This record gives sequence, structure tokens and C-alpha cells, in this order.
Amino acid sequence: MGRSLTDLLFFLGWRLLQLLPVLLGVVVLTFVFSHVAISNPCAAWNPHAKRNVIDACTAFWGFNQPLPVQFWKYLTLLVQGNWGTDPTGNPVWPAIASGVPETLELVIASLVIMTVIGIILGVVAAAFSGRWPDHLIRMFYLSGWAAPTYLAALVLSIVAAPALGLPTEGAFTYNPPPFPQPTHMSVVDALLAGSGSGTVDALKHLILPATALAFLNLGIVTRMTRSSMLEILPMDFIKGTRMKGLGEGRVLFGHALRNALITTTTVLGFTASGLLAGTVVVEDIFAWPGIGRYSYLAIVQYNFAGTIGVVIVFAVAVVIANLVADVVYGVLDPRVEWR
Amino acid sequence: MAAPVPPGPPRGPPRGPKGTELFGEVYRTLVANPLTFAGAVLVALMTGVAIVVVALPAVGSLFHLSLTVVPYGPNTPSTTTLAGPSPQHLLGTDELGRDVFSRVLVALPLDLGVSTFIIAAAVLIGGALGLYSGFWDDLGRMGHALSVVILRVTDVFLAFPTLVLALALAALLGRNLTATTIALVVTWWPYYVRLVRGEVLSIKHQGYISAARALGVTNARIVSRHVLRNLIEPIIVYMTLDIGTVIVTFSTIAYVGIALPVDSPEWGSMISYYQVFLPNYLWLVLGPGLAIFVSVLALSLLGDGLREVLDPRSRRAFARVTRTTTAVSSVTPDAPGEA
Repeated sequence: MGRSLTDLLFFLGWRLLQLLPVLLGVVVLTFVFSHVAISNPCAAWNPHAKRNVIDACTAFWGFNQPLPVQFWKYLTLLVQGNWGTDPTGNPVWPAIASGVPETLELVIASLVIMTVIGIILGVVAAAFSGRWPDHLIRMFYLSGWAAPTYLAALVLSIVAAPALGLPTEGAFTYNPPPFPQPTHMSVVDALLAGSGSGTVDALKHLILPATALAFLNLGIVTRMTRSSMLEILPMDFIKGTRMKGLGEGRVLFGHALRNALITTTTVLGFTASGLLAGTVVVEDIFAWPGIGRYSYLAIVQYNFAGTIGVVIVFAVAVVIANLVADVVYGVLDPRVEWR
Repeated sequence: MAAPVPPGPPRGPPRGPKGTELFGEVYRTLVANPLTFAGAVLVALMTGVAIVVVALPAVGSLFHLSLTVVPYGPNTPSTTTLAGPSPQHLLGTDELGRDVFSRVLVALPLDLGVSTFIIAAAVLIGGALGLYSGFWDDLGRMGHALSVVILRVTDVFLAFPTLVLALALAALLGRNLTATTIALVVTWWPYYVRLVRGEVLSIKHQGYISAARALGVTNARIVSRHVLRNLIEPIIVYMTLDIGTVIVTFSTIAYVGIALPVDSPEWGSMISYYQVFLPNYLWLVLGPGLAIFVSVLALSLLGDGLREVLDPRSRRAFARVTRTTTAVSSVTPDAPGEA
């Protein structure tokens, strides 16, 4: 095994193949948990219904059939691309298909905020290691860790939003916006439509939820950058750059950071799980039309098909993020061989 | 340095110091690092207050006295509604005239207790499985097959974002405290399988384990005397940081109204219930918000500081020793007393 393109492709193929049993496990687990815990949600859906209504509902959805039969029915439909319908009869797939890009946009925006701020803080903390800027920065990122996402979101929407004049609800001021939404990513859609005011509007709506989401994981980026910078800084080539007479900024950001970034990049992939979980709360508070909000509603409304659907999507996203992190790490670190 | 190192199994980096030496180092770090010290003091204080809140009424009832540190009943309404902070009501009162400080105070043992229980259960379940799959993972044996099963199941669980799985499970299992606790334990154990297995695999190949084997020490004794003792340090560090995460996750599930009745004296529930009174009645959310923030921050500061002490890699970086060590060059002879 080496580092050629074929090796990489084999590695990717093998990892994607390994993904299948994990996915099947995710589906089985969610299905079993949901159907064993609540064997017949008809009563929960229609709390005040008469007996015959509930019976009709049970027969309609097939909740009286044995669990394996129900599971097989669900699985065969899922493989054909039919994700089922929610209690009111609306199909799940369109909601997921439009929600995923919206959430992706939010997550990408928060990744950008997280990386830029986190790396700068990490470099400064490493440069002043053990002194007060280091302590201050540690305090700052740990406070991001300590503030639950809903609290950060609440503070942002109550303190920052009025102060900065930023909106706190939805992805656009006018919903739906006056242009088509082919990608369901608000900023991209506005750009594609060539609407300048729409783009500004979309960006304004994006800032606060993305910041709330970024705040939670800021610490991980800062800490990783700091600790890998601390490993790099005592090395001889850094002394060399100093002897060459480079300014401290060039030494830190131009030479040390470039090497320290390998670990930081990798760690970003592993924040995916936390970021996706954060979207559930953030999207709920900021009324962001993504999959996090949909999953919250699905869970609360006993929407089985919706719950299983979003859980599958979340699990796939986490596994893919980890795979991307592995690949990026391998590309950045020449010592890694694909296997 | 002079004597050549005899050939043998490769030694890992030296682990943390043992016994009294460790306590000395913990003490020194606590004193040297003001933030870690503050974290330790706060954690001790919180634990003390939580115990007093629960134990004092119980002790008092033994002597037919009504002793308590909680100034008002957490659910007792009064005529002073929506009053600001005052000497009588340190954090003001809510719309029913209930004392916010008392409500925040009675939530402390609940949040701390539930989170500690969840982590303890996760450590026991995940730790046992991790220990098994790490220590008895011999190719071609029964143990290997079992540990493969354990790891695959763990992979499936790790593919879920924690909050989504916990939220879905808590919602399905009955939307109450018991359901939420079970849901969080089910979500949390896989992380400890990974942590413990990784540690066990590195401990297993240390020289002293081979030496004990060669002396005829049984597996059970090796595990209890050598492996478990070396596991305690990383588990304690991880637990300290993790209790904070569980507090945040638990309060998030309470915030969305699934863990407890919406009007309960619990930090997350209170924030969710009181947020409609923002921004005019800030103290209503400030109390529970600060409580979560300070308790998680204290645990993170302590955990972060403990990691600096116990992780030899970051300890070296912390002390800013200029000689860098890579994984390859760390074959240094151990101190004679340690072997």
C-alpha cells in the first residue's frame, strides 16, 4: 500500500463498503427502538379519538403486523427511495431533501467562523503559553464549551441581534423569497438569482445561527491549534526563521501554523457530530428551515418515518465527515499510507 | 544514559507519576494554574452545596426539625410576582411569585446527580466492554469474535450525533426523567468502550505486563492489579470533562421539554419556561443560565487542568521543554523505581 491515486480509491471504496453494515445497524436500531418503545403511535397521534378511529389508523399504518414484517416493508421501500410519510400523510423525503442543503449551509458557515477565530486564538495562546493571554483565551473557549447551545443562541438573539440589527428568524425576510430555490442554500440561491439585496438578506440571516453553532466547538479548534503549535515552536526550523530575522507574525502564521494545521484540520471532521447535534437546537431557536428543525419536530410529533429518516441522514453525515477527515489528514501528512 | 537499553518489547511514553508523587504534582499544578485552581474550588463547592441541599432536610427530619438551606419552596407561589433581585429574593421572583434562587438551588443536586449517575453507568458498561475487547482480543479466539461484535455495535452507536439519539430515545421511552436518564446512558457508553479499549491496548504491550505473564500471574490478577490502575487516570480526566457535557445535554433535553414537565425547577426547563419574559425580566434566565455556565465551566477548567498534569505529552509541552520527542525517539530507559 502506498500513496498513489489507486491506493486512495481503494481506500475510499473499502471505507464506503464498511459504511453499509453501520448504516444497516443504524436503521435497525432506530426502527427497533422506536417501534418497541411505542408499539402503536395512533393513540399518541389522535389523543381524543374513538376506539374505531384508532383501530382504522392501526390497520391503515399496519401497526398490528409483527415487527419483522413492518421492518421488512419499511426497508424495501427505503431501498427503493421511498422514505415513508409522516402522520398527516406528507412524504418525508422532500422535507429531508430541502432541509439537508439548508443545514449544510449553516454548518459550513459555522465551520468557517470556527476555523478562522479558533486558529487565530490558538496561535496567540501558544505564542503566550502560560501567560495571561493564554489564560484569557482558555477562559474564552471553555466558556463556549460551558454555555449550552440554546443559551448561546438565546443570548445572541436577545443581546446581539437588536444591537447589530440582525434578524433572528428564518433564512429570508420574505418567505419564500422572490426567486427560485434550486439548491435550498439561501446564500447560493440568492447569488444564482443575481439578487444583490437577496444575498445580503440571506447572509444577515445566516450570521447569528452560524455563530451560535460555532461557539460550541471553538474550543476544540483553539486547543488543537495551541497544542500542535506548542510542539512545533521549539523546533529548529522555527529558530532558523527567527535567526533569518523574520517578524514574529511571519514566524507564527507563515511557518509554524502551516505545520500545526495538519492536526487542526483533522479535528474539524470530528466536530461534525457535535455541530449536527447543535443544529437541532439552533435551528429550532432561529427558525432555520433545515433538517435539525425538522428532526426536532419529527421527534416531538411521533413522526416515525421522519425520525428514522433524519437519524439515518445524521449518521451518514457523521460517517462521511470522519471519512473526509481521514482523507484530508492523509493528503496533508506525507507519512500516511492508504490502507 | 550510559548503559545500553536491553532489547525487548518497545516501551510507550512514560505514563503519569504514581502515588504521592502524583498528588504532589496535582497540587503544584493547581497552585501554579489559577484557572485550574478556581475550577477545583468551584467543583468542591458545588458538590458540597448539592450534598447539603439534599442531606440537610433529611438529617433535620431525623430530629423533627425542618432544616434547609433553600430559602423558599421551589414551587411555592407568593404575591411578589416578577420582582427584581433583592436581599429577600437574591435572583428575583417569577410570574407566580416563586423565588428563582431557590429554584436554581434545588436544581443543583438534580443536574449534578443525574449527570454523575449517567457517567458512572456509562463508565461501568462501556469500561467493561472496552476492557474485554481490548484485553482479550486475541486473534483466533472466542474473545476476538466477541470484541469484533462489541466494536461493530459501538461503531453503529458512535455514528449517531449524541443529542439526536438521546433526544429521540427520551421522547420514545416516555418523556420523563427515567426515560431521559436511560436514553443518555444508552447514548454515552460507546465513548468509554473506545477510550478504555485504546488505553488497554497500549497498556497490554508494556514490559511489565509481559513480565507479570512470564511470572505466571493470572489474567484476572493482571487486569485488577496492573491494567485497571493504569486506566484510572485517563478515565478520571475524561469523566470530569464529560460530566459537564452530560449536564449540557441533559439540560438541552429538558429545555426542549422532553426530560421533565415544562414547569420544573431544572436549569434547562427554567430557561425554556422563562425565555418568553426576555428581555424585560432578565434575572429569570440569568439565574439558571449562570448556574449551568458556571458548573460546566468549573468542571471543564478542572478537567482541562488535570489533563495537563496527567497527559505526559501536554505536560512536556506545558513545561516548555525545548527538546521535542516524537513517537520513535521516546525509547528512554524508565526510572529504576518505576519498573
